[in-house]
Amino acid sequence: MAVDITFKDVAYTYQAGTPFESQALHDINLTIAEHSFTAIIGHTGSGKSTLVQHLNALLKPTSGTVTIGERKITPETNNKHLKPLRQKVGMVFQFPESQLFEETVAKDIAFGPMNFGMEATVAAKKAAEMLTLVGLPAELLERSPFDLSGGQMRRVAIAGVLAMAPEVLILDEPTAGLDPAGRREIMGMVERLHHEQHLTVVLITHRMEDVANYADHVVVMEQGTIAKVGRPQEVFQDVAWLQARQLGVPETTEFAARLQQRGFKFDQLPLTEAELAAALAPQLPREVVSQQHDE
Amino acid sequence: MTVVTKIIEVEHLNFRYPQTEGRPALSDVNLTIEQGEWVAIIGHNGSGKSTLAKSLDGLLPLTPESGIIRVAGTKLTEASVWDIRSQIGMVFQNPDNQFVGATVEDDVAFGLENIGLPREEMLTRVHAALERVRMTEFADREPARLSGGQKQRVAIAGIIALQPKIIILDESTSMLDPTGRIEVLETVRQLKEQADLTVISITHDIDEAANANRIIILDDGEIKESGTPAEIFQYGERLIELGLDVPYAERLKAALQRQGLVVPQQYLTEEGLVDWLWTLHSKM
Repeated sequence: MAVDITFKDVAYTYQAGTPFESQALHDINLTIAEHSFTAIIGHTGSGKSTLVQHLNALLKPTSGTVTIGERKITPETNNKHLKPLRQKVGMVFQFPESQLFEETVAKDIAFGPMNFGMEATVAAKKAAEMLTLVGLPAELLERSPFDLSGGQMRRVAIAGVLAMAPEVLILDEPTAGLDPAGRREIMGMVERLHHEQHLTVVLITHRMEDVANYADHVVVMEQGTIAKVGRPQEVFQDVAWLQARQLGVPETTEFAARLQQRGFKFDQLPLTEAELAAALAPQLPREVVSQQHDE
Repeated sequence: MTVVTKIIEVEHLNFRYPQTEGRPALSDVNLTIEQGEWVAIIGHNGSGKSTLAKSLDGLLPLTPESGIIRVAGTKLTEASVWDIRSQIGMVFQNPDNQFVGATVEDDVAFGLENIGLPREEMLTRVHAALERVRMTEFADREPARLSGGQKQRVAIAGIIALQPKIIILDESTSMLDPTGRIEVLETVRQLKEQADLTVISITHDIDEAANANRIIILDDGEIKESGTPAEIFQYGERLIELGLDVPYAERLKAALQRQGLVVPQQYLTEEGLVDWLWTLHSKM
């Protein structure tokens, strides 16, 4: 079954009808296509987290409609019968390792599926599969999750979400607080899940490098609504517009913009080092470009 | 020439966590840090970075056989530990775990109340500290409602109000967004200049390491290397194993090399790389 997610005229107000009410989202119209990799960027408080909590009906719109696959979520939707939806759309919150609690890695990963009615032996087998899927060795299964490194704990937490066999995976800042090697591991794993398991990925991030390297769509949130949406190549062209919103652009794009001011020409500002190097080579003297490779 | 004072001296420091087997957390660490220096300590997870920082602040059960630590000329012992701690301020990783006060102002005052400062002096120091980290307008706010970067700046205000000689940042920017990280680093940079502070930062952040005068690499509890950022940043991909990222200019140089260009061997800053490319381009 296809799981496209569509927002139509969605608004969300926290504590509606009380003196504390505050509008977190308004005029949201957006489609997240099946098998896409969408990055959501925006300043703290721009509505990113509120937006993604609509993707599995953790929040229901105050007005408008969110359609997830064949399920329509409206302000009137009953909170019952949302379980199948929550199974289909997996959510990895920030610092997910803080939610680990079981004695062993195996029990922690199996907890979700068993909660959804899976038999213990089947769930244990599932746990072993998921551990491999997130790239951790099987010998960790019987270890306490609290003996693992930060990056490993985070992958165990993600394995727990994957054990529910979701079709959509939402990740809120999955690399926050990790060292560069840990960041590479996690993002490499997310990319693998996207390509090999064909998961639809929605990634909230502050890291524009990750948007440039992995996403095929990017949604820019500002003050509770969508300020821009498009392919990273389009969105990152407007360096000044993004910087005015304190969002920045990938390091390559910023660097290319500096070179542009010094007389280099680019049809389009590049997003990655490889693209920039390829665009620079023809603009440099031949004697420097000595042993031309066929890469 | 200014007189250089050795603010921290570590001689043959060894440490093993109680009830652990295998290699020690620190082995034969020798280190001298000068007053006013900014030293970044890098290394992969488990390399002993935080253990070293804790040992300087007397937070580890060190014995006389563990080696010698001197802070501002005083040898660290059970008798001198409180005196030494008053000269060192530590900022930890998670901004949410460091608050005790109901308001920003109360929080900054907490440390001063503990040392029994007269109220007048206390108020003066709290306001001056908040001024220094540019958080004056938040004085009566609840700490919980601040952004990550603002929280860490308040934590730093609480430390500088105590007028330490040394400030240790233990991965203090790793949980912040890019804006928060820049805010905190800029604050530390200014404080260091105004107050002649010595800064020790334990970090995985390349920009934070670039701010340092010297980078020290720890690996399995030993000091493997030490050098200026320019010297250390030449390591390229090896930096990843050491818990750092590869600086952007080095990554682009590698990509240019893959395009068949002959690039300079020595480390270039981003500005340096722009200049080098521009000089070549203008010869076309």
